[in-house]
Amino acid sequence: MENFTPVPALIGGLLIGLSAVVMLATMGRIAGISGVLGGLLNNGSPDRGWRNYFLAGLVAGAALFIALGGDVGAINLNPFEFSGDIQTGVLVVGGLLVGFGTQMGSGCTSGHGVCGLGRLSPRSLAATMIFMGVAGLVVLIIGLAVGG
Amino acid sequence: MVQLIPLLCGVIFGLGLAISGMINPAKVIGFLDVTGNWDPSLAFVMGGAVAVTAVAFRFVLRWPKPILHDQFHLPARQDLDMRLVRGAVIFGAGWGLSGFCPGPAIASLAFLKPEIGIFVVAMVVGSYLARLDIFAGGAGSQSTRSSA
Repeated sequence: MENFTPVPALIGGLLIGLSAVVMLATMGRIAGISGVLGGLLNNGSPDRGWRNYFLAGLVAGAALFIALGGDVGAINLNPFEFSGDIQTGVLVVGGLLVGFGTQMGSGCTSGHGVCGLGRLSPRSLAATMIFMGVAGLVVLIIGLAVGG
Repeated sequence: MVQLIPLLCGVIFGLGLAISGMINPAKVIGFLDVTGNWDPSLAFVMGGAVAVTAVAFRFVLRWPKPILHDQFHLPARQDLDMRLVRGAVIFGAGWGLSGFCPGPAIASLAFLKPEIGIFVVAMVVGSYLARLDIFAGGAGSQSTRSSA
């Protein structure tokens, strides 16, 4: 439990919730990242503007964290310690699955998790339990496979 | 001027993801690894965010319309369907494999790491594929458009 960091986690969560509330209250939009991204992939979509600004802000927010001296030293992009080629394959397959699954399932951790649970949506509750359960299962299986 | 709001919301959201530790795949895997050396921190991210949205959305959604727009854009569906279940399973698999969900992946572009570029490109390709007619299905495609 040495990595347990409930205070920054809670502060970060409150900021994410605040962002979602302001988006709904002002623009009438759900701050679900896969939904925001998906709308940019429609040909001739009339509402690209706010989506581009929101996603650009997302990157800017992480950049701001670095600029403010936030600790990024602990970030590990290869938690299972795959070798180079395998890690690249995992990133490609993982990205494809995350993109495909979030569009097919109409939401991700933010859209279903943060916003959908906030709206008490039964679909979002089901989706959140499923993707968390499956993700946990995958981590368990990989852990058994690589850790022995 | 109106676009400053989604930009600012994106910044707050990205900052929240960074502060909380969601941008660290190792932290995410530590949270999903319930049977291993479990790090429950990220439960506080979703807990904090949902605490805010669950309270504030109740008030906001009683308004006739949002402050800067003529209507709320909310997913209309309430029923479970296999698309949602399949999508959540596929997303969960990718999330467990990589430790990245869409928001943190996009925010992490700020770190200028090639691994994150690979993941995000794959995620956009996967998102695009899921929205093609052969995968989108008849009724599903429309609801995906205004998805969470």
